[in-house]
Amino acid sequence: MLNFMDSVGEAVAGIGDGATVMIGGFGNAGQPFELIDALLDCGATGLTVVNNNAGQGDQGLALLIKEGRVKKMICSFPRQSDSWHFDAKFRAGEIELELVPQGNLAERIRAAGAGIGGFFTPTGYGTVLAEGKETRILDGRGQVFETPIHADVALIKALKADGKGNLVYRKTARNFGPIMAAAAKHTVVQVSEIVPTGGLDPENIVTPGIYVNSIVKVA
Amino acid sequence: MSPQTTGQDLQTSDKPLGRDDLARLVAKDIAPGSFVNLGIGQPTLVSNYLLPEQDITLHTENGMLGMGPEAVGDEIDGDLINAGKIPVTELPGASYFHHADSFAIMRGGHLDICVLGAFQVSATGDLANWHTGAPDAIPAVGGAMDLATGAKDVFVMMTLLTRDGASKIVETCTYPLTGIGCVTRVYTDKAVFLTGPDGVRVRETFGCSFEELQELVPVPLKAAPAVER
Repeated sequence: MLNFMDSVGEAVAGIGDGATVMIGGFGNAGQPFELIDALLDCGATGLTVVNNNAGQGDQGLALLIKEGRVKKMICSFPRQSDSWHFDAKFRAGEIELELVPQGNLAERIRAAGAGIGGFFTPTGYGTVLAEGKETRILDGRGQVFETPIHADVALIKALKADGKGNLVYRKTARNFGPIMAAAAKHTVVQVSEIVPTGGLDPENIVTPGIYVNSIVKVA
Repeated sequence: MSPQTTGQDLQTSDKPLGRDDLARLVAKDIAPGSFVNLGIGQPTLVSNYLLPEQDITLHTENGMLGMGPEAVGDEIDGDLINAGKIPVTELPGASYFHHADSFAIMRGGHLDICVLGAFQVSATGDLANWHTGAPDAIPAVGGAMDLATGAKDVFVMMTLLTRDGASKIVETCTYPLTGIGCVTRVYTDKAVFLTGPDGVRVRETFGCSFEELQELVPVPLKAAPAVER
């Protein structure tokens, strides 16, 4: 069921305490700042957040972490020059971290959306990030079993949506949007523009509307 | 008598190479038409020395092939960044794709070369470049493990010695590993090393003889056969 929302607050209203939330974006590109601000306002806490990073500066995901709403981060690259809010929470033992190689993160999200129960990959084999995981030698290479990452909600940013919820993105802001849209039970998208059905070339649609539940236009 | 068993003929420069000279050398060694991923930091310098006639396509793991130079002035666009989150430009023929596709390009063995920095490389090509293992360090891995295991060739660029004078080419890595047996070449200020299952071969030296180099590196070195130089 696809709904067009009047406000970002309405779009995130269903997110409850303890939810697993995928948040799109790589750094600031593709990060749905307005939806994250609304999530902050709605008060949901005890969240598990899936993102490549753990917030930067004093905006978006970084604020959600600062305010103590995030119980656990699943990400590949939390440590940055401006990730001070995550750093402080981590050093204080107030946030759990599941560190995942970036390609495993992407593929585990993709697997969830594709109904794949798990996969073997050479990435991480023989490293501390594979400790405790099942391994096999396949095609002569050591490989590690990785499981899908599912989510209750995905918050993503796209450039345009049409009346069917089909999405197109802009440049490298696409990053995690398409795979998170498929992996979550409920996908909320903020877009810069909503065009009438038929207003997007079907050949160029990146995320088909079947993966999308709520759309809100932000200025 | 085999000519490559003496070290003296390996020396190609009177002085150690600076960062830019090293980047120029790596750029020259990349085969025309290659698809290449340049890691954050020193490897990024390589892009300054790629020639148009080499027709190299740069991949950035956040989701683009055909990356152009760093954006300046009006070119800066927050939606167009590289893996280091630096604004960049697109070249004609560029393409965008989502993150799982971007890592499938790496993990599926489609990239010809990645160039990475390193803390240590072992005699058999193990790579340690993501974590010092310090107990108070916040770990961050990014795409390092995917690049190390996925690219057809993994080139490392680093200084040969730490600030304390210890060799970063080691018998066994003491820092946490990024990948096992993945490094094929190591470009340093003092020498270019070829690594693989049969040990470390020296392709050329800069500002030192083969024998002087061997004194710095706690791993048995061999001169690379002429065909590999």
